[in-house]
Amino acid sequence: MANMSLKETMAGFNFQKIAKDLVVTALLATAIFGSTIAFKTKTAPGGLVLDLRFDIAFYIIAAVVVGRLLLWLTFWRKAPNKASGDILPKGWRTLYAALLAKIAKRFAPTLLVFAIVFPFLPFTDRYLLDLGVLVLTYVMLGWGLNIVVGLAGLLDLGYVAFYAIGAYSYALLAHYFGFSFWMCLPLAGILAAFWGLILGFPVLRLRGDYLAIVTLAFGEIIRIVLLNWYQFTGGPDGLSGIPRPSFFGLEFKRGEGNFADFFGLEYSTIHRIVFLYFLILALALLTNFITNRLRRLPIGRAWEALREDEIACRSLGLNTTVVKLTAFSIGAMFAGFAGSFFATRQGFISPESFTFIESALILAIVVLGGMGSQIGVVIASIAMIGGFEIFREAEEYRMLIFGLAMVTIMIWRPRGLISKRIPSIFLKKKKAVSGDLVAQGEGH
Amino acid sequence: MSAPSPFLTVEHLNMRFGGLLAVDDLSFDVGRQDITALIGPNGAGKTTVFNCITGFYKPTEGRITANHDDGSTFLLERMDDFKIPKTAKVARTFQNIRLFSGMTVLENLMVGQHNPLMVASNFTFGGIFGLAGYKQAENAAIELAKYWMEQTGLTERADDAAGDLPYGDQRKLEIARAMCTGPKLLCLDEPAAGLNPRESDDLNKLLLFIRAECDAGILLIEHDMNVVMGISDHIVVLDYGKKIADGTPEEIRNDPKVIAAYLGVDDDEVADVEQEIEGVST
Repeated sequence: MANMSLKETMAGFNFQKIAKDLVVTALLATAIFGSTIAFKTKTAPGGLVLDLRFDIAFYIIAAVVVGRLLLWLTFWRKAPNKASGDILPKGWRTLYAALLAKIAKRFAPTLLVFAIVFPFLPFTDRYLLDLGVLVLTYVMLGWGLNIVVGLAGLLDLGYVAFYAIGAYSYALLAHYFGFSFWMCLPLAGILAAFWGLILGFPVLRLRGDYLAIVTLAFGEIIRIVLLNWYQFTGGPDGLSGIPRPSFFGLEFKRGEGNFADFFGLEYSTIHRIVFLYFLILALALLTNFITNRLRRLPIGRAWEALREDEIACRSLGLNTTVVKLTAFSIGAMFAGFAGSFFATRQGFISPESFTFIESALILAIVVLGGMGSQIGVVIASIAMIGGFEIFREAEEYRMLIFGLAMVTIMIWRPRGLISKRIPSIFLKKKKAVSGDLVAQGEGH
Repeated sequence: MSAPSPFLTVEHLNMRFGGLLAVDDLSFDVGRQDITALIGPNGAGKTTVFNCITGFYKPTEGRITANHDDGSTFLLERMDDFKIPKTAKVARTFQNIRLFSGMTVLENLMVGQHNPLMVASNFTFGGIFGLAGYKQAENAAIELAKYWMEQTGLTERADDAAGDLPYGDQRKLEIARAMCTGPKLLCLDEPAAGLNPRESDDLNKLLLFIRAECDAGILLIEHDMNVVMGISDHIVVLDYGKKIADGTPEEIRNDPKVIAAYLGVDDDEVADVEQEIEGVST
């Protein structure tokens, strides 16, 4: 930059445009902060008085304008010789891409090894382990929803309903029939898959926004039924005393014949948490394994073809009804597994755990990770759930930071963190497909 | 015609959209291993006929029958659209190309073979446990895909996204994908649209190859007269939803009604055109 002549340096600017933009920015900032910051009511003897704080408002407005000017001078500036405003020089860019590819190749195995040794690391305490269990639960839910949204391209805003069905299936079967966790786990999955079919039928003909609205309504219907069917589900009181899982019949309790005693360990409550951690890790890996397997089978390719073009699918003899229903029910099945895990971990469930915000969070993980990308879901879960914990001290500003981060990432990477699609089969060389070519399916 | 009965018979087909009669009492035959062209001016109802044959529209009236070599017949107007390529073996392509653009060329061709692969994978249950039968079927499917990639010259691009291909290759890939369903009749909706002369010559060769090697007939809608006159055995001309001519390319070329329809001459002037042609040919 240093040896550039003045004319060249100035070539990327359009002064008129920038000036106009800054005036608009200043006006907008004045409209927002002028009303919210400049006036404050204060309790004083004799009632409320108005406290004028024009100076603070002025500083904030000035900061916004200067910030925008800086953006114009740096990121938004069109480099004179390049088509795009990329700030890195070309040699660096190839180096950066090579480095990124190298990291990407080793990333997944490293992450897996870390996940396995995580409970035994010296710094891992009860709090971190609980957080790990939570993150893995969302990884599993994200992977399950990825089948419906990422592969089949069907926007599902009521995914938490299947999570609730899984959790309540286990809790109710244990409550009324005394079934154990290991018996209920497959049953919960089957029941959730069945409800996935039930949701699938009415939405078969729906596209776009309508599909999103009906799935959203389905999620709410399930929650409200659970809330109001007091005699059966306990309504808002929820269900408590849900049995804990055993390790091949060994309970995690103090005393003879239990887990600690059997392996000659000193009893500790952490054993059960470690066990739960590995349980959810195994369930999540099972989800990933099956999804990857399905992607390479005709059914998985049919899901992706459905996302790309439904009419073309029908012209090739694919029964799109069956394709949609399998996507809904298999996605729901994994939520059912995760739900029964949730019930056994908490020992208590109530409809409050299955609100719309949960659906939104799982969907955000899938979209943020990059739709259809398995590793993207992991990164997004760690960032969203872990990140949420880091900002716990920010209290009410937490949601604000969260929202801001989402907006930033969506501007930076509109197709999610990992937007490339890996082909399910290849002849000579596996080449990732650019995200721009991949369709997003219905409801986006 | 190579076999006594035609593969596809369309009888008294009517398609009404509200007040508009898009197809008006249309009857024609498509012979086995024949290349039949459906031509006509814009808005004549050609694509509507296609959509009726391939099940995307349900005709208001009429019957469409597919007669297979083994004697079985299928009434296409009563079948679901996805069953027509699956059981009646009638495949189609689209006027505006409909590829799975985010999937690779090979994947597109594999989706074309969905139904046999689905059976081979025991409807996913066998496939998920990696049974040997599925592996074999998958290899056979890859071989078929390779065969069609060779015929269409796409072997080099096998692992590229379909959306990355140039336009002419996308047209070819759509035909290859339809051929992977193993059709007895291939319906092509303007396959030469947007192709340059060299590419449309390649297309002619490909269509002749399909007719010769694959025991399949072709029904095509086309505006490119180089393709229509060059390879068709039989031409059906539509205008305002009605059939105005039906015959060999030679007959159609000299049909006054066809010329009148293409030149936009009024009905009462058709006789004049007829005279003119006779004047030229004598």
